[in-house]
Amino acid sequence: MGAQLRVYRQRIKAAQTTKKITRAMELISASRIQKAQARVAASGPYSRAVTHAVSAVATYSNVDHILTTEPETITRAAVVLFTSDRGLAGAFSTNIIRESGELVAKLQAEGKEVVYYTVGRKAAAYFAFRRRAAEKIWTGDTEHPVFARAQEIGSTLVEKFVQPEADGGVNEIHIVYNRFVNSVTQIPEVVRLLPLEVVEGDEAPTEGEALPAYEFEPDVENVLDSLLPVYIESRIFNAMLQSAAAEHAARQVAMHAASDNADNLIKDYTRLANNARQSEITQQISEIVGGADALSSAK
Amino acid sequence: MDEPAPHELSVSVVSADQEVWSGAAKQIIARTMVGQIGILAGHEPILAILGSGEVRVTTPAGEVITAQAADGFLSVEHDRVTVVARNAYLGEARDTASA
Repeated sequence: MGAQLRVYRQRIKAAQTTKKITRAMELISASRIQKAQARVAASGPYSRAVTHAVSAVATYSNVDHILTTEPETITRAAVVLFTSDRGLAGAFSTNIIRESGELVAKLQAEGKEVVYYTVGRKAAAYFAFRRRAAEKIWTGDTEHPVFARAQEIGSTLVEKFVQPEADGGVNEIHIVYNRFVNSVTQIPEVVRLLPLEVVEGDEAPTEGEALPAYEFEPDVENVLDSLLPVYIESRIFNAMLQSAAAEHAARQVAMHAASDNADNLIKDYTRLANNARQSEITQQISEIVGGADALSSAK
Repeated sequence: MDEPAPHELSVSVVSADQEVWSGAAKQIIARTMVGQIGILAGHEPILAILGSGEVRVTTPAGEVITAQAADGFLSVEHDRVTVVARNAYLGEARDTASA
């Protein structure tokens, strides 16, 4: 077998092996999307109930609470990035990092200092490579988020938020995450968590239904105190679940494209290999014919 | 959820990652930060912080459903009761909240 032919056959083998891996990853992601989506749906009642309650308190109480009032000057803002732990998911993490870059540029143009919090190894690696400091980094469970982690992130953020500015506290918290729309579309989303902008999109209480005047027990301040961390947590948990579903979807699409590319490579190399084989045969025939000619003319 | 008949509450108990129970009820008893509270149909709107403990729901058929709820709140409006807790599960108290 000629050298050229051997090289092509090796490449075909390599592409076939890669294709097996990407195909398997595609199928795994496809099956995990369903589960991740079910978890997003299952957490729906909780986040709706929490949002509803928070908007009730925020609209029907006139207390000045640190978590609801907008400070006059915002000097420091926290940005939370939700990326993935593993790669091979197309532009999943890159989108988040780019989107957060735009947000940070905007915040800095407004004269705010930015403090980063990141979730996922991809963001951690990005920050480490650029020697950019992040206040806190969480890694390890982006594919299957647990509520305890959301609680941890939530309490870290709220703690930072209630800290006085002079001690490094922040006045504003933004989150950047991939929202799962369907298995081919994931939209990077930027949301300001604090100060609260409760009434928003699909999670707002149904229109035309006036919120009743509530009694609060024990009192408004206490209710707000314990409700708002819960709200932050539920928003963060929701972002984590959305991000997990989006990650699986992004990976499925990326791996599908990779399998298709492997198919194309295999096809191209097979053609080249066939060509090489054919030209080898042609060469051998012409050598034989040439040799026979030489022999017969030598007689 | 079905529209509740008059003098019935429609109750849902939700935890962070799922809806634990929902349905109609005659009465619901929960423990708030300041003490036990019993809710019947027609209760005024209220938003109360839950202490940890049992939530007992009496269905119209007289059956009593017990759930454990900790770390959350309870809201009542227009005979709709929502028990929202970070950790909530049906049944008797467990040692570790693994729900």
